[in-house]
Amino acid sequence: MPASISELFWAFTRIALQGFGGVVAIVQRELVDKRGWLTHQEFTEEWAVAQIMPGPNVVNLAMILGGRYFGWRGAIAGVLGMVVMPTFIILVLAVTLANLIDYPLTRDIMRGVSAVSAGLIGGAALRMLGHLNTHVLGLRICLVLFTTTLLAIAWLRLPLIGVLLPLAAVGWLLSYRAYQRAVTT
Amino acid sequence: MTWSVIWWQMWDIFWHLFMLSLIAIGGAITVAPDIQRYLVVDNGWLTPMQFNNAIALAQMAPGPNLMFIPLLGWQVALNSPALNQLSASAPWLVWIIAVLSAFSALLAIVLPSSLLTYQLASWAHARRTRIGIKAFKAGLTPVVIALLVAAALLIAQGIPVVNGRLPQIALTVLAAVLVWRTQLHLLWLIAGGALAGALGWV
Repeated sequence: MPASISELFWAFTRIALQGFGGVVAIVQRELVDKRGWLTHQEFTEEWAVAQIMPGPNVVNLAMILGGRYFGWRGAIAGVLGMVVMPTFIILVLAVTLANLIDYPLTRDIMRGVSAVSAGLIGGAALRMLGHLNTHVLGLRICLVLFTTTLLAIAWLRLPLIGVLLPLAAVGWLLSYRAYQRAVTT
Repeated sequence: MTWSVIWWQMWDIFWHLFMLSLIAIGGAITVAPDIQRYLVVDNGWLTPMQFNNAIALAQMAPGPNLMFIPLLGWQVALNSPALNQLSASAPWLVWIIAVLSAFSALLAIVLPSSLLTYQLASWAHARRTRIGIKAFKAGLTPVVIALLVAAALLIAQGIPVVNGRLPQIALTVLAAVLVWRTQLHLLWLIAGGALAGALGWV
């Protein structure tokens, strides 16, 4: 575990500054392999919790770990480590680009990067979809929930909260019954 | 007058993000479509292009992908007519308010989910083998994945069309497949996208 709160803060700042999208791999390498704060199994468990909670998963992870080591002060240090430096960096980039944005070349580059950005997020989703065939609900029900959500948000443009709450409730109930059946049989 | 307009807008955005933070399961990017509706469609505080640029810039910059949130706060402040009235008399004040607006947006998106997660995580950690907890995680998975795809589609649709849609779709699909199938460092993909744009392919 980290020796001090400031070590915690700088560890997460380091991770944040290396992270360009694939942050999970970086967190794992830094915390498990390099610093030995967690075993691989502990990391996997914490990551699952961080991912399922509201909020950005890497920030959640920093907070959960910080909280476990140093209480609420550690939790704050973990979150600040993740977001403060990157915020200043992105504002500096925004100012630099604001002057560049009038050049056609900048707009050309941004279009290319935008297209790739969409692909990065889509690709991350594809990887997750690939793991659904081991899901307790089975692939078919998962795909029904997936498609319903996608149509409601992307096609009908319904407000998020009105979509998320009922579908999460349905998913929960169905999974609950599936787990119960698995236990009784 | 000017001041009340500035503070009111910052407060309005703070509240909207504050509420969204609590349902941002799977990360801030999953609430991007809702933020776009709020800032671009409903209020007209940002252009669709500015919104997209913020997301693209956040992808290029280091840090968690929620970094587009402070950037949006910053951009909304700079767009504000009330703030622009100030820029003639006190240009330095504009920058301070824009930075304040960025951190206000950041705080709004991070604070509620963090407080909730802190409580829930320790509660769930103690009960992690119970069916109710496992079912909650499992039931959300397909929904969360759909939110990611919706966010990807939204970004793809917002890109201005210059050389036709097809090359853009091809680039997006190629990037998605490379993320899915290879361990290629994501920086190479970003660089590749920048190059394809610079060469006028998309």
